[in-house]
Amino acid sequence: MPSISRDEVAHLAKLARLAVTEDELDLFAGQLDVILQSVASVGDIATADIPPTSHAVPLTNVFREDVVRPSLGQQQALSGAPEAEDGRFRVPRILGEEA
Amino acid sequence: MTSLVELMDYDEVIEKYDPVLGLEVHVELHTNTKMFCGCANEFGGEPNTHTCPTCLGLPGSLPVVNGKAVESAIRIGLALNCEIAEWCRFARKNYFYPDMPKNFQTSQYDEPIAFNGWLDVTLDDGEVIRVEIERAHMEEDTGKSLHVGGATGRIHGAEHSLLDYNRAGVPLIEIVTKMIPGTKERAPEVARAYVTALRDLLKALDVSDVRMDQGSLRCDANVSLSPKTTGALGTRTETKNVNSLRSVERAVRFEMTRQAAVLESGGEVIQETRHFDESSGSTSSGRKKETAEDYRYFPEPDLVPIAPSREWVEELRGTLPELPWERRARIQKEWNLTDEVLRDLVNANALDLIEATVVAGAKPDEARSWWVSYLAQQANTRGVELTDLPITPAQVARVIELVNTGALTNKLAREAVNGVLEGEGSPDEVVEKRGLKVVSDDSALEKAVDEALAAQPDVAQKIRDGKVQAAGAIVGAVMKATKGQADAARVREIVLARCS
Repeated sequence: MPSISRDEVAHLAKLARLAVTEDELDLFAGQLDVILQSVASVGDIATADIPPTSHAVPLTNVFREDVVRPSLGQQQALSGAPEAEDGRFRVPRILGEEA
Repeated sequence: MTSLVELMDYDEVIEKYDPVLGLEVHVELHTNTKMFCGCANEFGGEPNTHTCPTCLGLPGSLPVVNGKAVESAIRIGLALNCEIAEWCRFARKNYFYPDMPKNFQTSQYDEPIAFNGWLDVTLDDGEVIRVEIERAHMEEDTGKSLHVGGATGRIHGAEHSLLDYNRAGVPLIEIVTKMIPGTKERAPEVARAYVTALRDLLKALDVSDVRMDQGSLRCDANVSLSPKTTGALGTRTETKNVNSLRSVERAVRFEMTRQAAVLESGGEVIQETRHFDESSGSTSSGRKKETAEDYRYFPEPDLVPIAPSREWVEELRGTLPELPWERRARIQKEWNLTDEVLRDLVNANALDLIEATVVAGAKPDEARSWWVSYLAQQANTRGVELTDLPITPAQVARVIELVNTGALTNKLAREAVNGVLEGEGSPDEVVEKRGLKVVSDDSALEKAVDEALAAQPDVAQKIRDGKVQAAGAIVGAVMKATKGQADAARVREIVLARCS
């Protein structure tokens, strides 16, 4: 019994903006399931006295002074952009989404 | 493009429903640099000139937290009576909208730096409402999108969009209230009063420019209606793009009347983001709200956790300035104001201006008189807020000084103020340019008095006959002849002396 459903894969694909065919939904559901089960095996080892770890290094409070450093120029900032216009990054129209 | 929206009469809304509010305020900190990189944090500027590999999300770049921004976040939390987290992390909020070049926004998720606070909010009539604060967390602002090809500059109908990332990465604090129930018909007013109180607090803390017109303070208003018959919680909408205090009030009111009409007609309120239109005062449907899960938050691996020591927190508590409500209490006592007068000054946004005028040397009564009468009239005539009048408290103090030293009469003082408002320079420059000096040269005044007496021989005779009150006509004529630049009391003395 897969722990990830076809519908969940479809939803994730939508969030990731991936066009996935009907056949691929089944294929990926099976593959993702293997991955999830493999990762879940970590849970077999973890015990109550081991806190969840998000960072490998036990560091806190690494701060930067609030001092301005040189930025890239506009030209350099845009140099890697596929398209630019009026000093701005040009992107295809965005439908159905608004921040 | 606004379709006709059914609205319910406001009184009927209140009869049938209890509004529940929730307010999210985003405040841009005015630090020198961005949240995670050393690019300048400046409003405006040529597009994409304040950008670097980190805020452009280029491969291999790494963020480092701005310590000053953390300090400001903690101070805001303390001023809002919050608990400060002993340990918290940043999180990635993943989404595809191109306003963040990284494809995620660095924010905080279930571990905000400050939580469980409150802010007391005073309404126009003096009623105080305690607004509970859920959390205040740190995040970064997004870039600015320009939609090209659409009729209204909005996203719908646009052919493509242009992105300026100068604002991407600017430190942002999001302050979220708990649900605010029980405000009834005053819900719109409570919303405005809360944002006003928060703005004043942030201003006093000197952590932000708090300019709603420039977007350094932004409010999202969550509104839902609970039917009085069942008391069940309603579905909420989140209205964005509310860019002035007045709009906060209008947006809440509009949503209440819109949602009530939807419910009344048997429909369902959809949980969605709505867009406020300043010109029509209405809201329109934006995107359907993604759920928190859809953002696939996870702890930011590139930033280490923040663990503010209790010593540091207490040290920052010690840096809190006099807060707005403490200041109001002090001023009321010092200037001996009634509750009502104080409230009027606060509501007119005059308190800061008057205090600054007093600090610049004027007496409280004189400063108050100028701001609440003549200058308030001028603001009203020009259709601007008192605070936006192009005259500084120091300039008002100077005008008052000129009156007190006898250099200007009250009438001339008003003209001097007009000149400053017209952009003619400082009060002294206006006095010079407009020639507003009081005519104190007695010989000039005597000449003017003689002319006036000669022009009205019958009046002159009456005065000589002892009818002293007739002198008023001559004084008036002299004031007119000198264009109001004479000291009326001195003119009167001269008239009486001439006729004795």
